[in-house]
Amino acid sequence: MDDQQHHHMIPLKIYIQVLVLLLVLTAITVAAAQVNFGPWNTVIAMAIASIKAGFVLAFFMHLKYDDKLYRVCFGTAIFFLIVLYAFSKLDIVTRIVVEPFQ
Amino acid sequence: MSTVKTATSGHHHHAHHYESAEHEYVTSKFGTWVFLVTEIVMFGGLFVGYILFHEKFHEMFHAGSTFLNWRLGALNTVVLLFSSLTMALSIYYAQLGKKSLVLLNLYVTLACGFIFLTVKYFEYTHKFHEGLFPGALFSYDGPEAHQFSNLGMYFSFYFVMTGLHGSHVIAGMGLITWLIVRAHRGEFGPEYYTPLECTGLFWHLVDLIWIYLFPLLYLIG
Amino acid sequence: MATATHDPNKNYINEKSGIWSWLTTLDHKRIGILYMISVMSFFAIGGTFAMLLRWELFSAGRNIMDAHQYNQVFTFHGAIMVFMVIIPGIPAFLGNFILPLQIGAKDVAFPRVNLMSWYCLMIGAAIAFFSLFYNGVDTGWTFYTPYSISTQNGTLLMVVGAFIIGFSSILTGLNFIVTVHKLRAPGMSFWRLPLFIWALYSTALLQILATPVLAITLLLLTAERVLGIGIFDPKLGGDPVLFQHFFWFYSHPAVYIMILPAMGVVSELIATFSHKTIFGYKAIALSSVGIAAVSFFVWGHHLFVSGQSEVAGILFSFITMLVGVPTAIKVFNWVATLYRGSMRFDSPLLFALGFIFLFTIGGVTGIILAVIGVDVHFHDTYFVVAHFHYVMVGGTLMAIMGGIYYWFPKMFGRMVNEFWARISFVLIFVGFNVTFFPQFILGAMGMPRRYYDYLPEYQSLNRISSVGAWTIGTGFLVGLFVIIHGMRKGVKAGPNPWGGKTLEWQTASPPPHENFHVQPVVTAGPYEYR
Repeated sequence: MDDQQHHHMIPLKIYIQVLVLLLVLTAITVAAAQVNFGPWNTVIAMAIASIKAGFVLAFFMHLKYDDKLYRVCFGTAIFFLIVLYAFSKLDIVTRIVVEPFQ
Repeated sequence: MSTVKTATSGHHHHAHHYESAEHEYVTSKFGTWVFLVTEIVMFGGLFVGYILFHEKFHEMFHAGSTFLNWRLGALNTVVLLFSSLTMALSIYYAQLGKKSLVLLNLYVTLACGFIFLTVKYFEYTHKFHEGLFPGALFSYDGPEAHQFSNLGMYFSFYFVMTGLHGSHVIAGMGLITWLIVRAHRGEFGPEYYTPLECTGLFWHLVDLIWIYLFPLLYLIG
Repeated sequence: MATATHDPNKNYINEKSGIWSWLTTLDHKRIGILYMISVMSFFAIGGTFAMLLRWELFSAGRNIMDAHQYNQVFTFHGAIMVFMVIIPGIPAFLGNFILPLQIGAKDVAFPRVNLMSWYCLMIGAAIAFFSLFYNGVDTGWTFYTPYSISTQNGTLLMVVGAFIIGFSSILTGLNFIVTVHKLRAPGMSFWRLPLFIWALYSTALLQILATPVLAITLLLLTAERVLGIGIFDPKLGGDPVLFQHFFWFYSHPAVYIMILPAMGVVSELIATFSHKTIFGYKAIALSSVGIAAVSFFVWGHHLFVSGQSEVAGILFSFITMLVGVPTAIKVFNWVATLYRGSMRFDSPLLFALGFIFLFTIGGVTGIILAVIGVDVHFHDTYFVVAHFHYVMVGGTLMAIMGGIYYWFPKMFGRMVNEFWARISFVLIFVGFNVTFFPQFILGAMGMPRRYYDYLPEYQSLNRISSVGAWTIGTGFLVGLFVIIHGMRKGVKAGPNPWGGKTLEWQTASPPPHENFHVQPVVTAGPYEYR
């Protein structure tokens, strides 16, 4: 007989609420894109996207309730991507070049 | 029609090197997360490239994004978000032993995938019609192309990123089809739904990537 | 599954017969042997390319090939050795065989994924070799743009092949991480894991986190060649140096994928053949993880003269030197373990000692190259070539040989001929130094690498180097015979011919299909000799 552990079940209500929230955030993203916030455009869009991503991760992908090890996995991947970006960017901005494309 | 089944399978035997079905479940789930790490890093590399060039050619990227139909992009976003819900629900109902609802949600998820790909098909063909091809095939000759001589680079990123994403949608749909076959056979229930869980994680990742692709390609500028 | 009726004459080799049973096996031990055969075959091919290179370089001017062919030969030598030999060599061969045994498990977490990883290697290799029919590849194994975009030959096939081989590495790493987390025997805490496992685990972290970046890089290179997407093409505002950033973000951690498992093997050999508890177990274990972590922050030292900014170069230079710290910790701890040990100078230990000596030279010369001011002169010279051969051949390959001879009785139930194994060691060790030490000098004298021809003042050292190469080749051929002879006619071995303390020695040689007849329960650390 298997030692059946009862796995955590997220209530149906929560799933629906999360979807609604995601749809609302999508609408906000689109609305925000109609306004020009200048250099903040990208930041705002990415921030909203990250909030949406957070909800998908926490609820649909169960990260909120699961072994913390999975969060470490996810966080580690993001961390090293940041490293790839940061050091490449550092190189690019500190080069002394003449830009052919303006 | 909808028979509530409390214990389906009873026929699932966990592989010999695991101590129990539970052991197999957590191990498979962990393995899926490790696999997702590799997918995140791979797509992430592409995103890093995109961000670096977006920062270098800000106006050109903005011009490129005006060719994209944000309404279609938003529609696809809604479709994928909804499909994430139905994917999660297929697991929910498996935990309750409700086979027909498992199947319903899997079918809807699959249908959402079809809708997504159909929308993309129309987007792609429309672009090709305009001469907006990736890379060296780029032949659009309008005002934006005269203003930005490397406008083709934006579309290189567009096609590679959405193409790679689309190939993962197709792969996900293949997995879901396989799940549908197994669900029809009655293989899933409260005691065993590991493949649903693992495929679900993969499908949610595909959704996650689109959550970022949509604003980065369609809305930014 | 306790003591069911088990046949003491049955083991993983004779349990099922026929080639099909091997090609569809899910047994990690059989998969390890499949990898062994593949890796050794690829090594023979890559080694043949090396012999051809050294023959051509025996004298200045043309000897046996023209410049165009030369470019292809060093490209194939590099690509085969890096992707098909050194990266999979220890993890996929020795690791697959030994890891589940050392943690007391019945198999790896995902046996089917394991088999798939072998097919990824074989299919990827086949595609890569197919490029020979399309004028080969002449870009060097590093595929730098813009040349790799424009060169009209089989480059695409090799790139696609490397992409697929990358999945072999990823899947192996995935399996190992999950296996170590989830399938350890009762009582085996992380601090009771053998150091080989710590090494494989650290390697697996690199395989998971770094290889996908290679995947996307090769994918983008393919898109450049096929569609002309222009991300690395300056004509379209692209950045060829960015290719190098992306490529080395993987390839630097890749060299630690190559060396970490080797260090893990050395730890096992030193402990067993000193018959002594390893000195500084936790330091060695954590240094593996430390090396893996630091390896992600140093890739720019391959770009010092590529157009990377000085600021970035200085930062990368500084961080690179830090990697010497955890590495040195290992070397000191190994030496401290040897001190006052009860030594057996069998061939596995000879290879371990050879490793310590040669790897130290290789590592120290790496630190030399890390100094950006020095690298400006040494970059793309034979100094670099000597450095990486010291660590990859003097390091990893020595460890593979030591590991093969150490675990040979476990894998095949027989001992190798000690005398000829030692002969092979002497030939390899001496031949290696004769081949590569002169290359440090050649590099310092200014001889560039990847050059088909050279100035007359470089000739005598090149001759010595070539003679050394043939000596190594002979040594490996002897080693091959030792292995084949041992498999067929070696003296039968018991479960624990070396007196090792790790779990693999608690089961029969060769092990049964399920590894252990009774589930082991661990109550002590792995090196408790005294």
